[in-house]
Amino acid sequence: MSETKAPVVPDPKKPGNDLFKSITQGPGLVSVLGVIVALVIGGLLIAVTDEKVGETAAYLFARPSDFFSALWSAGTESYVALFNGSIYNSSQGFAPLLETLTVSTPLICAGLGVALAFRAGMFNIGAQGQLIIGATMAAYVGFAWHLPVVVHLLLVIVFGLLGGALWGGLVGLLKARTGAHEVILTIMFNYVALYLLDFLMNTEAFRRPGETNPISPILDANAVFPALPGSRLHLGFLMAVLLTMGVAWLLNRSTIGFEFRAVGHNPHAAQTAGVNVARSTILAMAFAGALAGAAGVAQVAGTEKVLTAGVAGSLGFDAITVALLGRSTPWGTFFAGLLFGAFRAGAVNMQITTGTPIDIVLVVQSLIVLFIAAPPLVKAIFGLNRKKKRASATESTQAGAK
Amino acid sequence: MKLELRGISKAFGSFYANKDIDLVVDDAEIHCLLGENGAGKSTLMNVLYGLYQPTEGQILLDGKPVAFNGPGDAMAAGIGMVHQHFMLIPVFTVAENIALGAEATKGPGVLDLQVTRKKIREISDRYGFDVDPDALVEDLPVGVQQRVEIIKALVREAKVLILDEPTAVLTPQETDELLEIMRQLKANGTSIVFISHKLREVRAVSDVITVIRRGRVIDSVGAETSTTELANLMVGRAVELNLNKEPATPGAARFQVRGLSVVNDLGATSLDSVSFDIHEGEILAVAGVQGNGQTELTEAILGTQPVAAGSISLDGIELVGKSVKQVLRAGVGFVPEDRSVHGLVSEFTIEENLILDLYDRPPFARGISMNLDVMRKNAAAQISDFDVRTDNQLNPASSLSGGNQQKVVMARELSRDLKLFIASQPTRGVDVGSIEFLHRRIVAERDKGTPVMIVSTELDEVMELADRIAVLYKGRVNGIVPGNTSREVLGLMMAGVSAEEAFAQADFATSANEPVEAQPVPLETTEHTDTQEGEAQ
Repeated sequence: MSETKAPVVPDPKKPGNDLFKSITQGPGLVSVLGVIVALVIGGLLIAVTDEKVGETAAYLFARPSDFFSALWSAGTESYVALFNGSIYNSSQGFAPLLETLTVSTPLICAGLGVALAFRAGMFNIGAQGQLIIGATMAAYVGFAWHLPVVVHLLLVIVFGLLGGALWGGLVGLLKARTGAHEVILTIMFNYVALYLLDFLMNTEAFRRPGETNPISPILDANAVFPALPGSRLHLGFLMAVLLTMGVAWLLNRSTIGFEFRAVGHNPHAAQTAGVNVARSTILAMAFAGALAGAAGVAQVAGTEKVLTAGVAGSLGFDAITVALLGRSTPWGTFFAGLLFGAFRAGAVNMQITTGTPIDIVLVVQSLIVLFIAAPPLVKAIFGLNRKKKRASATESTQAGAK
Repeated sequence: MKLELRGISKAFGSFYANKDIDLVVDDAEIHCLLGENGAGKSTLMNVLYGLYQPTEGQILLDGKPVAFNGPGDAMAAGIGMVHQHFMLIPVFTVAENIALGAEATKGPGVLDLQVTRKKIREISDRYGFDVDPDALVEDLPVGVQQRVEIIKALVREAKVLILDEPTAVLTPQETDELLEIMRQLKANGTSIVFISHKLREVRAVSDVITVIRRGRVIDSVGAETSTTELANLMVGRAVELNLNKEPATPGAARFQVRGLSVVNDLGATSLDSVSFDIHEGEILAVAGVQGNGQTELTEAILGTQPVAAGSISLDGIELVGKSVKQVLRAGVGFVPEDRSVHGLVSEFTIEENLILDLYDRPPFARGISMNLDVMRKNAAAQISDFDVRTDNQLNPASSLSGGNQQKVVMARELSRDLKLFIASQPTRGVDVGSIEFLHRRIVAERDKGTPVMIVSTELDEVMELADRIAVLYKGRVNGIVPGNTSREVLGLMMAGVSAEEAFAQADFATSANEPVEAQPVPLETTEHTDTQEGEAQ
């Protein structure tokens, strides 16, 4: 390990965003371990809230075996149900897996948007708003215009990406020009987007004729992604795969990605090397927004086929978790998106078969974020930082001395 | 007090920063620890000061073994340390800073600064420190802040004083004053451990010089040892200390700065109508104490610092108002003063850092698509050309030592055809062996005909490289003098004395055969510059 080599003298010149980097771009092992720990704790929560466990606990000392077997079965049965509902079960075969892919699609797209911003040194909380604007523009093109096959769908996608890019790019522009912080900006832009959509859903242009509820007309058949027969899985998933490949290329092989990463790690050095930091900031947020916009397209042109006020659900926020879990790498985000898609898809089955509330999945998701945000905690649980103890002990004495 | 280290080893993981170090510092002795950056000097002192626990070995004071669990123990035992970066609170007064951590009180929780003030005056009078106990630390010059640190140790009755690279932040005159203070302390019975890598000072003041290399004691020698010998011991091979560069053959003035002024964020003038030329095939060194406008000057040329007035032209092309990229494309090679902040993206690989400002032009990129293959080959070539010590070019730049990081920056900037080469502090924090190498590269660039500008606060470096020297003082060019100007004259000019006066004073001092004491800055000059500043604000 390299850190054991260097004497632990804190470098005062180091830029102060080390924590940001270690949380967003640390090693993948922490992600994997974080998921495992979160699942175990989630399992324990399921078990202790289980009715049967409660009953057996009453005579715990008389017959402890009852209690422990109830505990074990409550925990495992729920996860088995989760697996059955998200990947494979004997009656439906692999049909649940298709559902998982469907649910994952917007998570992956929006997650990529957050991850790309992370790599450019920005915390994009605004995937939600960018997704909403993207979905709104895509849906409008989808139901208001009537165009030939292929062309219509392409335009829907383009407008969806543009909508998100606009919403993200505005944040980048404000940050680059005025120095406003992107976290505040994106949070506020989320509200603006949310209530703008609420407003639009009550206008003639967006509300379905003859309908009093805020729901748009159904998108043209030409404007939606073709679906796999017998499932909800649509071509939008292919779009997510292509976008993942695209982001991977952009970040690792293109000059634009090189600039993003340079600015993300050290804007001073980037500026000294001739990178236009303002332009890079705006561009990175626009790209991030476009990716979140793609998630909006996947929702309106794939899964839902209509625009509603609740089109975004909590996708934009789950995307942050997905990007964090994926360590802000394109393919990491892709697989993290799949995992979260599986949680969402399987949770329904879990509630039906075992009575475990869907909310437990949210608990597990939150625990994952918690463990990613506190890598030393996970490492401590698995005893990974024993070697560093001596070094950190001297560090703390030194810190104390100062 | 006699201090003895016996067989001290300090390991970090499997890496030994110190290995079997034996060291004896006698009563009233100035003992110098000489070694390159990363040789383990500071680690050893941190062990002695109780910041680190030794892995093996013993510390003895007057023959009795002691164990320190922290600086508090070390201080109680009579060991004081002045760190390279001062541990002072700028908004506190001198007395408050000195009292901090060992406050005298009258009644519980009630400070009694009077006691501290008295002690400060005593010490200040005894050694001629001239420190006002009620001055705010932030208002004091760096040299005086350092004395505050020394007083802090003396108030705590230090018998052994550790000075960690104390001259790194001082002007030549302040350095001479410090050396004088060290002699006085010694005369009063204080032992001093003096850490440095500057051979001149070390020889001037030390009784014994212990050379440390890669965590081991190489040799202990007397002050009469020659600089070349000391450098060889330090580096472990023969080092050529003198560049023996050919005299410059300057051509036409290709780089011209005229009336350049920069106003900082607070509205103060940090560069005040600076004008100079650099000729083809010439090295102009910009000397000066840190913070006299050097940073602003280089940044203004690069284009990261807004220019208030004036012009900068390279081969007749105006650079003011151009973007950084345009300036670089115009053929300017730029080595920033702080490589870790401005020169490198430390998380990037060495490969990536070697093209940090070349990434978007052929052959490294076509359109927006980068050619990673060319990047790799370029890195391999540069690494072998500049002898960058690494086992893998895919390692992050942060894994390299300071000297090797600087080689990466230099390699990158010198790898393209240049019309002007600017290097700020080209060898700060770089070991002696690499300094020689980097200096040769800079001279080689000059010999190719490129105008070269070196900004350095190290007088040795300025005198080594310069064909002409421009001295910056409070944002103004305080004279441009030939490259062979004496250390004394340059020192005076760096303190604000005009070139003519500096030459006159230095002549007088040499003829009177007296050591050059710190010259009080002539009143006229100070007043003059003060009004300048006042006007700017």
